[in-house]
Amino acid sequence: MSHSPSPTLSLRWRLGWNLRNGRLTLYCGLAIVLGWCLLALCAPWIAPFDPLMQNGELRLAAPSLAHPFGTDNFGRDVLSRVIWGARTDLQMALIGVIFPFLLGTCIGAISGYIGGLLDNACMRLIDIVLAFPFLVLMLAIMAILGPGLGSFYIAMALVGWVSYARLIRSQILVLKESDFALAARSLGFSHRRTLFGHLLPNALFGSVVFCMSDAVLVLLNGAAVSYLGLGVQPPTPEWGSMVAEGQSFITSAWWICTFPGLAVVTLAMGFSLLADGVAERLGDRS
Amino acid sequence: MNLARYRFVLIRPLQLLPVLLGISIITFVLVRSIPGDPARVLLGARSTPDAIQKIRAQFGLDEPIWVQYLYFLKNLLNGDLGKSLLYKIDALPLIASRIEPTLMLVLGSVLLALLIAVPLAILAARNKGGWTDNLIRLFTTAGLGLPAFWLGLMLILLFSVHWGLFPVSGYGRTWADKMHHLVLPCLTIALALSAVLVRNLRASILLEMQADHVTAARARGLGEGALLRRHILPNSMVPTINLLAVNIGWLISGTVVIESLFSLPGIGQLLVRGIFTRDYMVVQGVAMVLACATVAVNFIADVATTALDPRVKIQ
Amino acid sequence: MSTPLLQVRELSVIARNGPREITLVERLSFDLGQGEILGLVGESGSGKTLACRALMRLLPSPNLRIEGKSVHLAGHDLLQLDEAGMRRLRGRELGMIFQNPSSHLDPLMRIGEQIAEGIRLHQGASRREARAEAIEVLRQVGIPDPKARVDNYPHEFSGGMRQRAMIAVALGCNPKVLIADEPTTALDVTVQAQILRLLLELRDRRGLSMILISHDLGVVAQTCDSIAVMYAGRLCEHGAKHQLLAHPRHPYSAGLLACHPAAQRQVRLMTTIAGQPPLLDALPPGCRFEPRCAQALPLCREQLPELRESGPGHRLACHTPLLAAGLS
Repeated sequence: MSHSPSPTLSLRWRLGWNLRNGRLTLYCGLAIVLGWCLLALCAPWIAPFDPLMQNGELRLAAPSLAHPFGTDNFGRDVLSRVIWGARTDLQMALIGVIFPFLLGTCIGAISGYIGGLLDNACMRLIDIVLAFPFLVLMLAIMAILGPGLGSFYIAMALVGWVSYARLIRSQILVLKESDFALAARSLGFSHRRTLFGHLLPNALFGSVVFCMSDAVLVLLNGAAVSYLGLGVQPPTPEWGSMVAEGQSFITSAWWICTFPGLAVVTLAMGFSLLADGVAERLGDRS
Repeated sequence: MNLARYRFVLIRPLQLLPVLLGISIITFVLVRSIPGDPARVLLGARSTPDAIQKIRAQFGLDEPIWVQYLYFLKNLLNGDLGKSLLYKIDALPLIASRIEPTLMLVLGSVLLALLIAVPLAILAARNKGGWTDNLIRLFTTAGLGLPAFWLGLMLILLFSVHWGLFPVSGYGRTWADKMHHLVLPCLTIALALSAVLVRNLRASILLEMQADHVTAARARGLGEGALLRRHILPNSMVPTINLLAVNIGWLISGTVVIESLFSLPGIGQLLVRGIFTRDYMVVQGVAMVLACATVAVNFIADVATTALDPRVKIQ
Repeated sequence: MSTPLLQVRELSVIARNGPREITLVERLSFDLGQGEILGLVGESGSGKTLACRALMRLLPSPNLRIEGKSVHLAGHDLLQLDEAGMRRLRGRELGMIFQNPSSHLDPLMRIGEQIAEGIRLHQGASRREARAEAIEVLRQVGIPDPKARVDNYPHEFSGGMRQRAMIAVALGCNPKVLIADEPTTALDVTVQAQILRLLLELRDRRGLSMILISHDLGVVAQTCDSIAVMYAGRLCEHGAKHQLLAHPRHPYSAGLLACHPAAQRQVRLMTTIAGQPPLLDALPPGCRFEPRCAQALPLCREQLPELRESGPGHRLACHTPLLAAGLS
């Protein structure tokens, strides 16, 4: 059977629709995010210097033609480090969103579909996780796992899944009662096929939109964790840890922490414009 | 006065017990997931086989895990969160001594954020679609994307390094001195927080401006200022209070970073330092205290909403 | 009747929709005497509410615009006043009560305070005086135990009580003209009668003039002195109540009357007027009622009938009026 009895949205189609009718917000956001992605992909060719190359003679050099963003306390080119940092930070935002999304979607879908005691337990668990301030719980988990990107992803997944679970669960609860869910069941489809084949694709859309605004938070969190020294470890170029390194030289060399910070701001703004634009297009439509 | 509406003030804490219990379970699990022998971790460098044996017996580490949890709970109820390895004192009094700066930071930021957000939201709503509105919208979009640690540094660069108005870091002794030290940290958090508030407040002001009761008040001859002050703002503040409560976890997360940045001797700084020094008892204690604080703030917000909105009945 | 209290001349409300302009209320003219109650009747969408909003200069959307010759009230021309001058008149000269009392009262403000707000604004009373006055007004609109009720919030009132409270809020400003926009539509029948009786009482006691907007002829018949019938943004007939109810001359008025359940006790089926009112952006060139009119002549299709004096105190806009039994 080529088409299912559910009004399964084709995600690509919906997004495509929105892009065609996109507004300034959406395009700006998209341009910024894609621009950073391009920079990150082409880092080896675009960056003028090796981000790790130290130069003892050029410590704390102010921005100049050769080093537009100046150099840091090891004489490394800040511009090249910012460009290479895009790789780490984009990866952080991407993976930091995907893990909670997958975990939350599974838990939320199953909890909402099965209901009863399991659903109750899940909701209580969500309440409890939400009681902890986000970053505090993340830091507490990372304290146990030890610093590093890997533990950041794990902590992110363990803490971040709740928003997705709640979103998906509420969608599934509504869809479960709808006609096409009953139709799918009466056609003799298994629970698994009904849930994952028919209900979930319809429930997913809201959380995909949420992903984009969540990316802002994940990016900021990742940068903050690295700033605190628990995330990406030096000398890997990462914007948050670059700001932390530059902090000691704030009075003499403002450029070391200013430019990586600006990079975070632009990327975060790109994500939020993107999220706003998509939400706006959807709001207009419904 | 209708006191029956406030009955939940007595009942709600009982309903919150499961959440508090859940918080204790999570912190217990966190501490138990520390790699290695907890006794060895507890003793740190002083771990001799003898001492380890003693600690194991003392904390019941030989017992099954759920018995251990009960021990943990019993200690918790006695106010015993364990000992800090770094400071060599009980974790609870240590945390308590650090509450003041954090509390001041949170209160100051919320106050400052409201001072920034309310006028901006009114301005944006009044000029909906105009260039002021778009400018404010740009500010909120930027504010949401500003990393707090970087914004704080930029403020230091401007206000402390460039103009020398405020101290770079630390916390004073006298009240005036403390306030002086708190201005920049509060401003940092308030700028980001007000971005969230402006967006929502603007939307609810716009909604209220269209409300029937505002039209009725206008038909009574009220001027725009009185309308705003007496009818539109009170009605749009109710959702804003709830928004603040929802964001309290995010706010506390912000203080952790900001306290490290400005070297404020608050709970957040204690947490970060505890993580680096592997002071697990402190980390666990701070996480638990902050979680309880979040729950408490949400409870307070419920009371505030009830006081503000006479229609609300909380079950 | 000497000079009327309120004199409306050729009031129009125009909506701008992109480059196109749609006239929603067209050249409305009428007089309202001291102590007179005028019933404004018409189907929903006929522009009666919008006309009254235009009198208050409180249009619901910035895309709407008022045009007209003049609206005279208490020595002012409302169309010439600036916003500040208009604000001084709102409430004090022109009060308004609305269809849905629940949404038109501020949920966060005590009833007494909402009444006192207008009193303090227009009479410059102190807080204490305004509160005493508010209790008095509440008593006048028939709220039992006004001393206790003055501190209640709107949600603590029942529907009928809320409507009384809203009337009290409007009365607190002591207006000369009260516009009542479907004041009883949201209420059940017994309460409806009570509120109408209250409005009549207030007219007798305070000499209040009223414009009562309603789609319910029964309500209008119980209360009004004169009736104005609107169709598709235009006034089609205006006259004294008894004459208009007994001998409607405009086919639309006659149709409305025939549709009223009370008028057709013997008939089994409800009578209706066939067809739909025209869309205001695609009006026929002639009489707007022509497509639905049984009396229509070719002339009706070509020429829009103007509103003309057709008898003492009676105005009519129709080429083919029904015979006036009273005149023959």
